[in-house]
Amino acid sequence: MRIPRLSLDLPWMRGSGRRPGPLLPLEDARSAALIFVMAALAFLACMAAMGASAGGRAAEGWARDLRGEATVQVRPRADETPAAAAARAAETLGGVPGVEEAAVLERERAEALLRPWLGEAILEDLPIPQLVTVRLTEAAPADARALNRALAEAGLDAVVDDHGRWLADVERAARVAGLIALMVFLLTAAAAGAAVVFATRAGLEARRDVIEILSLSGATDRTVAGVFQRRFALAAGLAGLYGAVAAAGVAALMRLAGGSDGFTPALPLAWSDLLLVSPCPLVAASLGAVAARWTTLRLLKGMA
Amino acid sequence: MSIPNDPLATSRPETAVVQLEGVGLRYGDAPEVLRDIDLTLPKGSFHFLTGASGAGKSSLLKLLYLAARPTRGTARLFGRTVSALGSQDLPLMRRRIGVVFQEFRLLDHLTAFDNAALPLRIAGGRARDYAADVAELLTWVGLRDRMDAYPPTLSGGEKQRLAIARAVMARPELIIADEPTGSVDQDMAVRLMRLFVELNRLGATVVIATHDNALARQSGRPVLRLDRGRLMREA
Repeated sequence: MRIPRLSLDLPWMRGSGRRPGPLLPLEDARSAALIFVMAALAFLACMAAMGASAGGRAAEGWARDLRGEATVQVRPRADETPAAAAARAAETLGGVPGVEEAAVLERERAEALLRPWLGEAILEDLPIPQLVTVRLTEAAPADARALNRALAEAGLDAVVDDHGRWLADVERAARVAGLIALMVFLLTAAAAGAAVVFATRAGLEARRDVIEILSLSGATDRTVAGVFQRRFALAAGLAGLYGAVAAAGVAALMRLAGGSDGFTPALPLAWSDLLLVSPCPLVAASLGAVAARWTTLRLLKGMA
Repeated sequence: MSIPNDPLATSRPETAVVQLEGVGLRYGDAPEVLRDIDLTLPKGSFHFLTGASGAGKSSLLKLLYLAARPTRGTARLFGRTVSALGSQDLPLMRRRIGVVFQEFRLLDHLTAFDNAALPLRIAGGRARDYAADVAELLTWVGLRDRMDAYPPTLSGGEKQRLAIARAVMARPELIIADEPTGSVDQDMAVRLMRLFVELNRLGATVVIATHDNALARQSGRPVLRLDRGRLMREA
């Protein structure tokens, strides 16, 4: 849009390369407070995501261990010693498809397992059952039914424990941990959204003069909303970046301190977990943009 | 102060830019600040609006620049009924109106240049396209050396000139000015009035609210007078 020349020709002004200033003031104490709050929330969300990933890995590892093993308790026949029955069971189970290795659990090893629970004194008099530990193949592990069938066909009286009960507990715990992590993430996202909504409302109220002038100059609600959307998307994105970097830093320190365990066996952080924080700035910026736009349009509608 | 007159501006326009019929305005439950206003501003007309403080001048101007809607009666701007305007229509209508506020209402965080360019920017103009026009108008109102200054550093007169530059920047069809020369010296007041007259000559409809009855009388332009919310005279 051009206006006709009034009196002066100032060709030196053409192409002056001026960049228009921002329609909202840049400096704003609320922005600093908002960035701090959102950065803290982003930090929590990133830690929750990494914690969920590490927790999931731990649960998966435990489940894999449980799935990969079975324990067989052998009851010897009257004409057979317990050791012989156990040896025969181990031999039988070793030939079952899906079994990698089956070995008799020596009495010394069984006592070593029980010693922390029962102490030294009574172990010698304790009738310890004859156990066979079975290591199953990872690709196609044999199930309890196959093991039972093989033992029965060999004429062995035995009880197979495929750790199914523990496996179900571990898997349930992993699911619960995952759900909790998801809830923490959703809660922090909702809190961040609410922070943007409050900040946008405060910003609109504080900049009512600017908004009125923009509106009276012909700015549409979408234009005004766009101004706030860009401002809060930028602030939220920046906060997301700060939170993500802080979370990645803390996780890296935990990983370094934890050595080969990651951090603890229950939380085996991997370096790859740090990559989970990478979408955080973008997610935070998107959240900020959506919340600011929605709030602005809603409030402007109320002002009209 | 005498205002340059132009016979073209006083010729009878063909269409009405503003038509108010039986218009009343009240804020909340308070008594009406405007009552039974009947007013027609033809296209290309130039009117002064006078009245004592509290007579309703600012409220009438608010109706004209679409910052308020009448609580009764019918208001038409550019042939369209104001009460029927949707939220999508208002911005486009407002772009056809330039307003000089008594308190200037400049944006303190923008330079004088960016303040003046605001209507063009909002209308979707690009800086490189309007830079020369903005610079030229600012030069014309005597702000050539203050283009990069921020409003808080400008004097009252400079702010007023900047407010006028912003109001006329996009060549609006309707120019509404509330005491546009109250803070400038006599020479600058004449110069600014010449700008309004020039824009009126180019087709803009102009309404200038003023306390200065002498200025209004000497202008030779029609004078509207408000008295306690009623339009007393349309000469």
